[in-house]
Amino acid sequence: MSEATLERGMNAFREQMSAPVAAFFSSCVNCGMCAEACLFYTETGDPKYTPIHKLEPLRRVWEQEYTLWGRIKSKLGLAEPVSNALLEEWETLIYDGCTMCGRCSMVCPVGNDISHMIRVAREGMVAAGYSPEGVKAASRRAVTLGSPMGVKYPALAAQIKHVEADTGLNIPVDQEGVDYMALLSSMEIINFPEYLEALARIFKQAKVTWTLSSEAFEATNSGVQIGSSDIARELVNRVVVAAEKLKVKYVISPECGHAYTAIRWEGPNLIGRPYNFKVVHILELLDELRRSGRMKTQGFEDARLTFHDPCQIVRKGGVLEPPRNLLNMVASNFVDMHDSREMNWCCGGGGGVSANERAEALRLKAFKRKKTQLDELNVETLVTACANCRLVIEEGLEAYNMEIPVVGLTEMIADHLVEDKE
Amino acid sequence: MSESIDFLLWVRGPGFDIALVIFVVGILIRILEILVIGRRPDYAEPRGAELGSGLLTLVTRTAPEPGVFKRSPFTVVGGYIWHIGFLISLFLFVPHIELIHATLGLKWPGIASNLVDAVAAVTIVTLIAMLFSRLNHPVKRFLSGPEDYLTWLVTFLPMLSGYLAYHRMIDPYTLGLGLHILSVELLMVVFPFTKLMHAFTFALARWYNGAMAGRRGVQS
Amino acid sequence: MTDQKNPFSRTLGESLREFGVTRRGFLKFCAATASLMALPPSMVPAIAQALERAKRPSVIWLSFQECTGCTESLTRSHSPSVENLIFDYISLDYHHTLQAAAGEAAEAAREAAMRENEGKYLVVVDGSIPLGDPGFSAIAGISNKQMLEETVAGAAAVIAVGSCAAFGGLPHASPNPTGAVSVGDLVKDKPVLNISGCPPIPTVITGVLAHFLTFGALPELDELGRPVVFYGQSIHDRCYRRPFYDKGLFAETFDDEGARKGWCLFRLGCKGPMTRNACATAKWNQGTSWPVESGHGCLGCSEPNFWDAGGFYKALSIPDSDLTRNLGYVAAGGVALGAAAGALNRSTQAKAKQKHETVTIDDLDKKS
Repeated sequence: MSEATLERGMNAFREQMSAPVAAFFSSCVNCGMCAEACLFYTETGDPKYTPIHKLEPLRRVWEQEYTLWGRIKSKLGLAEPVSNALLEEWETLIYDGCTMCGRCSMVCPVGNDISHMIRVAREGMVAAGYSPEGVKAASRRAVTLGSPMGVKYPALAAQIKHVEADTGLNIPVDQEGVDYMALLSSMEIINFPEYLEALARIFKQAKVTWTLSSEAFEATNSGVQIGSSDIARELVNRVVVAAEKLKVKYVISPECGHAYTAIRWEGPNLIGRPYNFKVVHILELLDELRRSGRMKTQGFEDARLTFHDPCQIVRKGGVLEPPRNLLNMVASNFVDMHDSREMNWCCGGGGGVSANERAEALRLKAFKRKKTQLDELNVETLVTACANCRLVIEEGLEAYNMEIPVVGLTEMIADHLVEDKE
Repeated sequence: MSESIDFLLWVRGPGFDIALVIFVVGILIRILEILVIGRRPDYAEPRGAELGSGLLTLVTRTAPEPGVFKRSPFTVVGGYIWHIGFLISLFLFVPHIELIHATLGLKWPGIASNLVDAVAAVTIVTLIAMLFSRLNHPVKRFLSGPEDYLTWLVTFLPMLSGYLAYHRMIDPYTLGLGLHILSVELLMVVFPFTKLMHAFTFALARWYNGAMAGRRGVQS
Repeated sequence: MTDQKNPFSRTLGESLREFGVTRRGFLKFCAATASLMALPPSMVPAIAQALERAKRPSVIWLSFQECTGCTESLTRSHSPSVENLIFDYISLDYHHTLQAAAGEAAEAAREAAMRENEGKYLVVVDGSIPLGDPGFSAIAGISNKQMLEETVAGAAAVIAVGSCAAFGGLPHASPNPTGAVSVGDLVKDKPVLNISGCPPIPTVITGVLAHFLTFGALPELDELGRPVVFYGQSIHDRCYRRPFYDKGLFAETFDDEGARKGWCLFRLGCKGPMTRNACATAKWNQGTSWPVESGHGCLGCSEPNFWDAGGFYKALSIPDSDLTRNLGYVAAGGVALGAAAGALNRSTQAKAKQKHETVTIDDLDKKS
């Protein structure tokens, strides 16, 4: 077992160096445009939330250990090394003031992918012992209990019973040889059980063979949020083992942002090999069902509504078309936000921020950005496709006394499902 | 007495050789020490291709999204004027083309010298305005340190000294021309040690950004 | 050159009249000289009066390491022009090429002129002075340096004619095997006027001499000791081809379309921008033409070190080394060093991967 020391952190920083990261640090000209893309800066006016500035510890490692001139300066004592004090000061910048939403990466004129660097910088922070208490607690619960919110299988089993009773449908568990294994986020299990119900109804109608796994139902990956590949690997491995044991063709990532990033993009690299199955986001699957005609809907929501693009699914995940294809199926009065799709603004709660109590005040301040977006549109409903975004937005709307209901997209689709008469 | 011509001959001779060595060797070291680190293999199944996306980002990142422009208009416009003006002054002025032809064997047509002069004047004023911005904009001021101001200075001096030499505002001309060449040599010597390297590494950064995003199916 | 009567009793005016130069012709010359030196027309009578009364000053002409081109330029007698007459009527008491006497008699004449005109004679020098070994250039067994020092001791002023005397010229060019220096490098206690050029323009020297005769003093000099009135502007600023430079129209080779259209010669190595002289305005051969007008770039011959200024056919903006070849070596070196730096980086990273310490939920809190 190792200890959270500065040296362990420094080693982690060093491991994370890559040609892209080195190219990014070489190219930054301190133009400050990334700040104008970051809601933590725009809503607080505090320049310390400038995205590239949040990376100072990693930048020092790059300069002092990966550039010739930096090494020379270091040897001559002309460089300020990374210290515990620096990491302590930077903890709130990298964790509280950043959701890894990736908007800065879209805006930097020299092409820096700053949010990628934040993700790898967190490896060093967590290894050195500097991460927020709330996020640490979530990781501990995820590893020991199976879910960052402490939801164990019995709680899920109870939810399953309720859904089965309400719908009269059967929710398969641990079924081998089906096409799809669905994952759920704790947030959905506890706060938005309508998601599970929607899945059951849609899959029944579209004749999709699927199952849950009692050993690996949790989609949320706290390891990715705290920034530890070691912890993330342990969590993702549970899903991989279960999926390969059940011999499914696909794993479905639910309406949760970082869960998709973890299972779709980071997972294979965490375990060091490709999967024996494919990963789809639920919206991708629903869009496929729509295209192939297997899923039919009727009627429209005529309320004026808009869509909040979850950062990890749209901008960082590449699920660009499905949300709007699906919305256009069931909504007749849909308007996009002024900055939409891959340029939409973060809800402010992803990447571990919503699990971090210390960051709550900052998060609510940052939410003014989403509030402004909504004020511009004057909508009656907000639709989104991430349970964490949903909760964060609901909390934000409440804090600002805004009465706009927030609905999940899958749930909305299910509401308009044409079902076979039983 | 004949100091200014000796000065000119030194900066055009040994001075240029020294600066060129530091410039070329420095840049090659900086670029290779990035590239050789390499990237880890990516086992996740790609949604899109890296190549097209990477190349596209390389080009399109030059133009900001409309929302972005609205939030940082001065930085964007100033950046355009500075870069375009500098590139015109450097690459479309015939005496400079001669220099490049002698060094690299490449040649292309230039534009009227007095047109270059007008562009240079606008560029110089813009550079000064950008310095003010860096000193006054809260984010830029917060981020900036000695290196940012040094790089501004070594970038500004060649533009200014070139303008002064062209207009014979330094007497004698040999001194003015010598100072211009010296200021360029200073820029060359400082270049590889600073953020000025972005002139080369921006292509790598944009490429990696576009490639990584393109793999996930997003055009960044 | 020296006549039998006391050469200092006749004034210049008397000599001219004896020679048949009319008053009108003489005044025309004075007006031309005034205008050439940018003096106002009101000065013409003063010039005429001064020149009339000028006693023929003694001039001792010393020739050191020179090619005689300066003398050739100045003493062309295409026709009996007034310049030539003026020249005849300066008492040229010593000049290797032009004097009748030779050997010891010539040296004796020099010494006599020095004695009799102590403090009042002009010394004109062409050619550089070798300091390396006196044997490189000696006259009658006397080294150039010694002769210069002796002769200048009693002079009123020294005029260094030609770029060799003014700046060292061709002998001074790298590697300067004779240790050649200029007059100005050696003479520090007398006024020195440089008339540079390889060779200088004839009218420039006569203008300077006329000024000296009129005012008894040398004209205003620039920081290189050259008369500002002739060397105050660059060729580039007075060149009739300047509009083409401004418009970016350049000849690329000596007989291409641009050359035939008279475009700017910058790309063919013209050193006009760094060169000060009167060629572009006064021109040569009594205003016939000058190098650029004939289609050849200015060599910069009136500037110090013009022989070492990087090649007559290389543009002013091109540095002096064999760039393309050097660049190849430098780039190769850079790639090697860069690869080494990159290898160092990979080793740093490999070591870090080796030393990876697994992070678990039991060690998330900072210990030390």
